[in-house]
Amino acid sequence: MAKSKKSSLGRRRFLKGAAAGAAAFVANPQGGQAQHGQEHDHDHDHQAVPSDLTLRVKALESLLVEKGLVDRAALDSIVDTYEHKVGPHIGARIVARAWVDAEYKRRLLTDADRAITELGLGGQEGQSMRVVENTPKVHNVVVCTLCSCYPWSLLGLPPVWYKSTAYRARAVIDPRAVLREFGLEVADDVQVRVWDSTAELRYLVLPERPPGTERLSESELAALVTRDSMIGTRKVNSLGSPGEPRRKS
Amino acid sequence: MNGVHDVGGMQDMGPIHIEANEPVFHARWEGRVYALNRALGAWRKWNLDNSRWTQETLPPAEYFTMSYYERWYHRMLKQLIESKLLTRAEIETGKPAKGSAKLTPPLRAEEVIATFTKARFQGRSRAGTPPRFTAGQRVRARNIHPPGHTRLPRYARGHVGTIESDQGVFALPDTNATFQGENPQHVYSVRFEARELWGEQARPQDVVYIDMWDSYLDPA
Repeated sequence: MAKSKKSSLGRRRFLKGAAAGAAAFVANPQGGQAQHGQEHDHDHDHQAVPSDLTLRVKALESLLVEKGLVDRAALDSIVDTYEHKVGPHIGARIVARAWVDAEYKRRLLTDADRAITELGLGGQEGQSMRVVENTPKVHNVVVCTLCSCYPWSLLGLPPVWYKSTAYRARAVIDPRAVLREFGLEVADDVQVRVWDSTAELRYLVLPERPPGTERLSESELAALVTRDSMIGTRKVNSLGSPGEPRRKS
Repeated sequence: MNGVHDVGGMQDMGPIHIEANEPVFHARWEGRVYALNRALGAWRKWNLDNSRWTQETLPPAEYFTMSYYERWYHRMLKQLIESKLLTRAEIETGKPAKGSAKLTPPLRAEEVIATFTKARFQGRSRAGTPPRFTAGQRVRARNIHPPGHTRLPRYARGHVGTIESDQGVFALPDTNATFQGENPQHVYSVRFEARELWGEQARPQDVVYIDMWDSYLDPA
């Protein structure tokens, strides 16, 4: 951890010196204290952002509002939509329906676009969909090696790890080691299928229904389904996942 | 372009940091950058492929040191200037140019939810050039290194796979990114054996599926 913090600082100093290219469009990036909206201790790229980025974004927003290029209330609504309305609870509804309705599951796997809109769900970055099914012999995992494509309207915005170079680089070459970092050991008799989402198709993994959930209702099942299980980096267990943000469904 | 964004198969990128109870945005500015980007998209001065391409052409050393939304911020500045929605001077001073007219934003607050989250069944387009391949056919990803935008990842080039399915017709990013036309083509899910891509170190049972445009492929 200490070593990693040091190298992060080193990178930031390097950035301070790199007054070229895109950054030169406005002021040069200047180092400073991290801006953080949350109290947590970790070591991510986003932690070491120059403090003046806060000011620069504010200045850009004011300029764009003043010119009539954006409506401030629309910006507030977009932030609110992705912070509070859209999230993994939407994908979870699709998964739970597929678990309780075999005919729905068949439609979901063969014509996801139609099956998802049939539930009144979807939207931008979630209209051209492919749903891939985990079975006792197949484990699917989704990545976007070239950027960070993700079904925003069904899972919300992706976590930092999904967008990180580490995940994007390794998921295709060593998926089993990546899954191990999520605590998931995939047995030798199981095929790992990695889906590199390079086009305008977005992917949702249909995880396996955990044992011991036979008596749960559809909405109780939906509450067990986690974001990571729909990306394919974890399984669903009958206890849910305490490590993921919960949203009201 | 064989650029910094094309990272599939790279090694030594460090551990994957998994954050428990991660917030959607880690700071207010991140949410504002996201929202500005989506709201500005409504001017239709650029498309998603152009956004990706603009981001890929950020200076490589900076690309790796920037956080995700920092990349978005710098990409947005480039697009605002290139599309002439803003001038460099306006960004530097933070003031509209003298005499510039006040415009009407194309996206209003009351339209946000419907625009971004309303379910609409569109169906897949089948228009455009006819498909050259069908499911089950063996194909080779072309060994090409275009200097511009492409969605053919480096790690797949030259390798043989199998068409798993035809996913319909989509605009070709390679030309759409620079407004040279949509050139709609069929996109296929192509299955590659992990060993075909990575050799002996990969498990023989594992596979990688990649979405590929028709012109990225040759018969094998």
